[in-house]
Amino acid sequence: MGNLNDYKNIWVFIETECGKAKNVGYELINAARPLADQKGCPLVAVVIGKDIERVAKDAICYGADSAIIVDGPEYEYYTTDAFTKAMVTLVEKYKPETLMIGATNNGRDMGPRVSCRLKTGLTADCTGIDIDEETGNIAWTRPTFGGNLMAVIMCPEHRPQMGTVRPGVFKKGAYDEGRSGEIVKEEIHVASGEIRTTLVERVNEVAEAVNLEEAEIIVSGGRGVGSAENFKLLEDLAAELGATVGCSRAVVDAGWMPHAHQVGQSGKTVAPKLYFAIGISGAIQHLAGISGSDTVIAVNKDEDAPIFEVADYGIVGNLNEVVPALTAAFQARKA
Amino acid sequence: MNICVCMKQVPDTNEIKVDPETHTLIRKGVPSIVNPFDTYAQEVGVRLKEQLGGKLIVLSMGPEQAKEAIKSCLAVGADNGYLISSRSFGGSDTLATSYILSEAIKAVEEKEGLKFDLILCGKQATDGDTAQVGPEIAEHLDLPQITYALDIVEKDGEIQVKREHDSGYDMISTKLPAVVTVVKLPYEPRYPTIKSKMAAKKKEIPVLAEADIPSIKLELCGLNGSPTRVKKTYTPVREKSGVKLAGMEAKDAADQVVKLLEEAKLL
Ligand SMILES: Cc1cc2nc3c(=O)[nH]c(=O)nc-3n(C[C@H](O)[C@H](O)[C@H](O)COP(=O)(O)OP(=O)(O)OC[C@H]3O[C@@H](n4cnc5c(N)ncnc54)[C@H](O)[C@@H]3O)c2cc1C
Ligand SMILES: Cc1cc2nc3c(=O)[nH]c(=O)nc-3n(C[C@H](O)[C@H](O)[C@H](O)COP(=O)(O)OP(=O)(O)OC[C@H]3O[C@@H](n4cnc5c(N)ncnc54)[C@H](O)[C@@H]3O)c2cc1C
Repeated sequence: MGNLNDYKNIWVFIETECGKAKNVGYELINAARPLADQKGCPLVAVVIGKDIERVAKDAICYGADSAIIVDGPEYEYYTTDAFTKAMVTLVEKYKPETLMIGATNNGRDMGPRVSCRLKTGLTADCTGIDIDEETGNIAWTRPTFGGNLMAVIMCPEHRPQMGTVRPGVFKKGAYDEGRSGEIVKEEIHVASGEIRTTLVERVNEVAEAVNLEEAEIIVSGGRGVGSAENFKLLEDLAAELGATVGCSRAVVDAGWMPHAHQVGQSGKTVAPKLYFAIGISGAIQHLAGISGSDTVIAVNKDEDAPIFEVADYGIVGNLNEVVPALTAAFQARKA
Repeated sequence: MNICVCMKQVPDTNEIKVDPETHTLIRKGVPSIVNPFDTYAQEVGVRLKEQLGGKLIVLSMGPEQAKEAIKSCLAVGADNGYLISSRSFGGSDTLATSYILSEAIKAVEEKEGLKFDLILCGKQATDGDTAQVGPEIAEHLDLPQITYALDIVEKDGEIQVKREHDSGYDMISTKLPAVVTVVKLPYEPRYPTIKSKMAAKKKEIPVLAEADIPSIKLELCGLNGSPTRVKKTYTPVREKSGVKLAGMEAKDAADQVVKLLEEAKLL
C-alpha cells in the first residue's frame, strides 16, 4: 500500500442494467454528500454500463460533483469479471479514498472481488456511514448476527476504504436540474474471453420485476395466509395503498409465491416506510430483512407471536377478517 | 466432479438472546450449528457427486469444537473433512479468512491427490453475515464465481447455475473450476441416519495449521492480514412502544390502526 495521503475523494458506484440505474446509487450520493462536504473533497459518481451518459448526468443532478463513466457493450448486463476489471482499473488510476457500493446482489458480488484484488478492507451491508472524529476514517455501521448485534467497522491503514450499503436505508436527495459537473469517459474494454460466465437466459417468474428493495409500502403475507388464492386479500390491500406484495419464506416453500417476493435473510432486505406483516410469525430470518422499515404493522391471531415485539402497530385477530377491514378503512379514508 | 464445501460453524442465531442489563449477546449455552446456508451448499454438492462421481471434501476454519460441525457434514454425504485451526488464524477478517481458506484448499488438493472442480460456499454465515468470503476465495484462486445460487446442474462439463434475480432468475453457465455461493435450494438438505452418524463419529478429522499449508504467508493471516477493524459493537435498542390491539372486532381494530397511522402522519 503506497502513501495513504495519495488517496482522495469519495466515490459512489452507480449500478446500472441495460442503461438504467438502480436507485441505491442515487441514495448513496445523498448519504455521501455531507461526508464529502465535511472532508472538503469532491464526490464522484462512477457509472459502468452501456449507454449510461444520462445516468451520469442524473447522478450529478442528485448531488455528485462529477462522474466517471465506463461505457461499452460488455457492460450491458452485469458480469463479475468485466465489472471487477473496470472498477479495479479506475481505482488504481484515480486512487479514491472511499468507495461505496449498493448492497444489491450484484454489488455484493462485485464488492469483495474488487476489495480482494486491491487487498483492502470491505465492510458489508452497512446501514450507517459516519466520519470517525479522531482519525477521519469512515466509520461503517452494520448489523450482524441476523440484526441482533450492530458493529462499527473501520479500515484504518488501507485504501480505498470500501463498504457495501443496504438499499433503502438512505433516501434519494432532491433532483436539481441546474447542477452541472464534469463527466470523464474512460475507455476500458474487456475481451469476451476474459468474461468467464455466460448469461444463458433470464427467466421472469413474475410479470414485472418485484422491486421490494425500493418499495415505500410493502404488504407481506406469511404461512398464516393459508393458500395462494387467499393472497388476493393482500393484493387488494396493496392495490389500495399502491404497495408491493412481499412474503415470508414459508410462503415460497409452499409454492404460493415466487422467490422474487421473499423478504428476509435468504430473500430481499427491505426498508419501506410502512411494512405490513400479515400471518407472519416473526422468525429472526424474516426480521433480519425488515429491520430497516420505518413502521411495522402486524396482523396475527397469536397474541404471543414474536412479530409483535417489533411491530409499531399490532392487531391480534384473524387476518381473513382484519385484512379486508383494513382495505375498507383505507378506502373510506380516501373517500 | 471433485467438490470442496467451505463450512463455518456458527451459533444458532434463533437461540441468541440479548442481556437486558449489559446489552451484549448472551453466547453461553447457545448451541453451535452448521451455518444453514452451508447445509444447502453441502446438499447440492452431494447430489452432484452422486450423479457424477468424485469426492466431496469439507473444509472449516475455526476452533477445535468445529470438528463436530464437520462430523455432521460427514454424516450427510461428505467423504472427508479438514479443520483449519491455528492461533495465527484468529482475528481474521474476510480478506484474511478467504486467503487462509484458499491456501488450505491448495494444500488439501495436494494431500488428497486431486483437483477441485467446484468450490461451494453458503451465501453468508449467519453470524458475521458479510457474504464476502466466497467471492474472495474465488479472487484468491483466480476462478470464476456465481453468487446467490438457487440451484446448480452440470451440463457437458460445465455448470449451469440459477442465480437469483429481481423478477425471477438468471441461468448462468461457467466452465470449471469455479466458485458458487448458495442461497437456497428447491429441496431440503437430507438428514443423517443412525448408521451414517456412527460412521462419521469414528472418523479422524485432520487439523491443518500453518505448518501443514506450506505456501501460506503468515503476515496475510489473522489480525496482521486484516485491513478491517471492529471498533465497537452494541445491541440495537428496540424502543418500540408498540400499540397492540387485541380482543376487538376486525372493523374497529382496522379503523383504529388507520386513525393512529394518520395521527402519526405516516400516511
Ligand atoms: C438459513 C435460513 C434462511 C431463512 N431465510 C428466510 C427468509 O429470507 N425469509 C423468511 O421469511 N424466512 C426465512 N427463513 C425461515 C424462517 O425461519 C421461518 O421458518 C419463516 O419465516 C416462517 O414463515 P411464516 O412466519 O410465514 O410462517 P410461520 O412461522 O408458520 O407463521 C405463521 C403465522 O401466521 C399466524 N396465523 C395463522 N393463521 C392465521 C390467521 N388466520 N390469521 C392471523 N394469523 C394467522 C400464526 O399465528 C403464525 O404466527 C430462513 C430459515 C433459515 C434456516
Ligand atoms: C461483528 C463483526 C462484524 C464483522 N464485519 C466484517 C466486515 O464488515 N468485513 C470483513 O471483512 N470482516 C468482518 N468481520 C470478520 C468476519 O466475520 C470474519 O472474517 C469471518 O470469519 C468470515 O466472515 P463471515 O462470517 O461474514 O462469512 P461470510 O462471508 O458471510 O461466509 C460466506 C461463506 O463462506 C464460507 N466461510 C466463511 N467463513 C468460513 C470458515 N471460517 N470456514 C469455512 N468456510 C467459511 C462459508 O461457506 C460461508 O457460508 C466481522 C466480524 C465481526 C465479529
